[in-house]
Amino acid sequence: MLRFAPWKVASVILVSVLALLVIVPSFWSESTFKSISKSASWLPMRQIVLGLDLQGGAHVVLEVDTPDVVRTMVANLRDDVRRVLREEKVAISGGIGMQPRGVQVRVPGADDRAKVMPKLRRLTPTTGNTLLGQVGGQGLEVTESPDGLIQIGITEAGVTDKVRRAVDQSIEVLRRRVDALGTTEPNIQRQGVDRVLVQVPGLQDTAKLKEILGTTAKLEFRFVAEPGANPSEVETLPNKDGDAEAGTIQIEKRVMVQGEDLTDAQPGFDQRTSEPIVNFRFNIRGGQRFGEATAQNVGRLFAIVLDGKVISAPRILSPITGGSGQISGRFTVEQANNLSILLRAGALPAKMTIIEERTVGPGLGQDSIDAGKRAAYVGAFLVIGYMLITYGVFGIFANIALAIHIAFIFAGLILLGATLTLPGIAGIVLTLGLAVDSNVLIYERIREEHHLGRSIISSLDSGFNRAFATILDSQVTMFVAAAILYFLGSGPVRGFAVSLGLGILTTIVTAVTMTRMMISLWYRYARPTRLPI
Amino acid sequence: MKLLRLAPEKTNFPFMRFRRVSYPFSAFMSIVSVLLFIFIGMNFGIDFAGGTLIELRARTGQADVAQLRALGEHLNLGEIEVQSFGNSSDVTVRFGLQPGGDAAQNAAAEKVKSAVSKDFEVRRVEVVGPRVSGELVQSGTLGVVVAIIAVLAYLWFRFEWQFAVAAVTATMHDLLLTVGFFSATQLEFNTTSIAAILTIVGVSLNETVVVLDRIREVMRKYKKSTIAEIIDMSVNAVLPRTIMTSTTTLLALLALVLFGGNVIRSFSLSMMFGIFVATYSSVFICSPLLIYLGVRDAGVDTGSEAEHKPAKAPA
Repeated sequence: MLRFAPWKVASVILVSVLALLVIVPSFWSESTFKSISKSASWLPMRQIVLGLDLQGGAHVVLEVDTPDVVRTMVANLRDDVRRVLREEKVAISGGIGMQPRGVQVRVPGADDRAKVMPKLRRLTPTTGNTLLGQVGGQGLEVTESPDGLIQIGITEAGVTDKVRRAVDQSIEVLRRRVDALGTTEPNIQRQGVDRVLVQVPGLQDTAKLKEILGTTAKLEFRFVAEPGANPSEVETLPNKDGDAEAGTIQIEKRVMVQGEDLTDAQPGFDQRTSEPIVNFRFNIRGGQRFGEATAQNVGRLFAIVLDGKVISAPRILSPITGGSGQISGRFTVEQANNLSILLRAGALPAKMTIIEERTVGPGLGQDSIDAGKRAAYVGAFLVIGYMLITYGVFGIFANIALAIHIAFIFAGLILLGATLTLPGIAGIVLTLGLAVDSNVLIYERIREEHHLGRSIISSLDSGFNRAFATILDSQVTMFVAAAILYFLGSGPVRGFAVSLGLGILTTIVTAVTMTRMMISLWYRYARPTRLPI
Repeated sequence: MKLLRLAPEKTNFPFMRFRRVSYPFSAFMSIVSVLLFIFIGMNFGIDFAGGTLIELRARTGQADVAQLRALGEHLNLGEIEVQSFGNSSDVTVRFGLQPGGDAAQNAAAEKVKSAVSKDFEVRRVEVVGPRVSGELVQSGTLGVVVAIIAVLAYLWFRFEWQFAVAAVTATMHDLLLTVGFFSATQLEFNTTSIAAILTIVGVSLNETVVVLDRIREVMRKYKKSTIAEIIDMSVNAVLPRTIMTSTTTLLALLALVLFGGNVIRSFSLSMMFGIFVATYSSVFICSPLLIYLGVRDAGVDTGSEAEHKPAKAPA
């Protein structure tokens, strides 16, 4: 008990001092932190990261609309199959049948089947986005039955792969869109297979954020169908006039130019009507195509289609060859602004839906920090006072260990880069109560041993030794609960699990090693004749 | 200095005899909890039920609760639950899932926000769609079940199986009563409540393990005593610690309840209740169970645990 290697004492003190140094920057205001880290950039300094519930901000989870992805895959597959059959000039009976997860076609001739089967097997499902890197042959299942029926199904793996890649691309698009809002340090990351988490600290106007995030922004330039056009090449789309839906309009399925051929889009005002508009510029390919198409169709109506809705359908008065143009659609200034952000950032590869939103205003965040601080101070005061009046000088040791324990938790949070949330603060306050448990176990055991007639030194020794097994068992069970919370919880609850788990790990160091050290030093210098508890 | 002692210096309560009272009492309370859960049910927050929660603060004066209630009808959102708390300028508005999937939830939240933005500052908005809430229910339930199984396994490994069964029974008892507490008080049950429940599981086992640890130790020392005597001896020995630790924990939680703010009040209150019950069950439910489980024959006399024995000579 008395023997405590000097290196042990030194390392315990060193670790405690380091922990205190790590947490110091978090007490500075942001401006102080910035100026100090600038003048002393060699210092690895970090401030504690506050969760969105404390600093305020928006948390939005988007999900790729998988049925929509599958629908697009099936439609593209049908086009591909049709192309293959045409190229090989193969006769089919009936049309190409669309199924929920694939297509089927009847090819009566056995020779024909032998001709097309290898080509069909090489097809890959695409969502029509040429930017996609294509993985050959994966994701399709082609079966052929003797009666001439060929079935091409999209496998589960094919769909998952497509959804996964759609999420990857959408993260890039969403980042460009959020950056355009001019906010600081948005966090955009994948969640599971089909979800994206967007966290924007400090953002207030969630209506705008949600509009910017939730819009696919697929822009197409097509022609308005002329009377008597082939019905299979025409579709009926809603006509959007300003915010109101104004009937429907017949539009050709063929797409003249797509949004991906835009290089720039800026909000502006029409010079004649001073109505808000969006000015855009095509890339070379888009400019050429648009120029040719308009030159051949002077006098016709063309349609600007955004996410399946016609936003305007102007008449082509003269060929538009300059590679730029404007979209007018009875926008408000704000709408024109948003649309140009969306067009610049590009379209989402698939439709995405907002499935969860949590926004905390900065006022509430600050209130929560204040409330958390107040609860922590009061809790600490009560626990420290209670330990002091119960254990006297040993209570002082326990309280010193408790203070260092709290410093360890904060240092751990900072070093791990974990976020401090309101439940996290609650976890730390709870730890105040639980952390002294180890000390209580030890002290009560020491008392007990002393009552059984042992000497002071021997009571101290066996008190520590015997309490340790109990401490280990009880802390492991708590730690299991914290670990499971961490893996299954989300957001703020995770913050709680981290601070609880860290608290359990450090309590073994502080309550056992540190208290033991303090008591052995005290015994050596005070040479007590009676046990002070 | 005269030091404070809440527990008498040397106690000798016949705890095991209390089981004739505590078992019927706990059985009764458990049944009441189940009945409360079935017939009243918990007040599930939007995390689990789905829907929208908006916290508002009146820009001037007091919040007009009646005006907010009427909003539900105006905007055709179904029933709107308006709760005022703290000072009278703060209110929360809650309404359930809207028909029409995720997009409809967002539209409804925006409608309410724009309707109240003139008179109120919007302090917090949470919208949870039907799919997310379903998953949160799943992961929450899974978490509690996995935690119990993991701890059962650990205790089995560290103690005899009877100890593990007794500990887990006591923990289930605590969980059941906590669920009853949520049903009776109608405190909102949300994801932080799951955190509270799992912490209660942790604390409950922590309490139980401390008692069981001592029982195992005393059992090796006094081979001739009956199991009831051994348990009484052990519980009395750890009693000062049990009182001390639950007091410090309850003090810390009291600070959270009084000063921690509205957002985590349900969390702190349920935790306080849970810790109280956990302390009770570790003494009155878990330990007596060992008598019925016949721990003597299976574990101690085989000597298989010799390596765990304290090395020191008995006093």
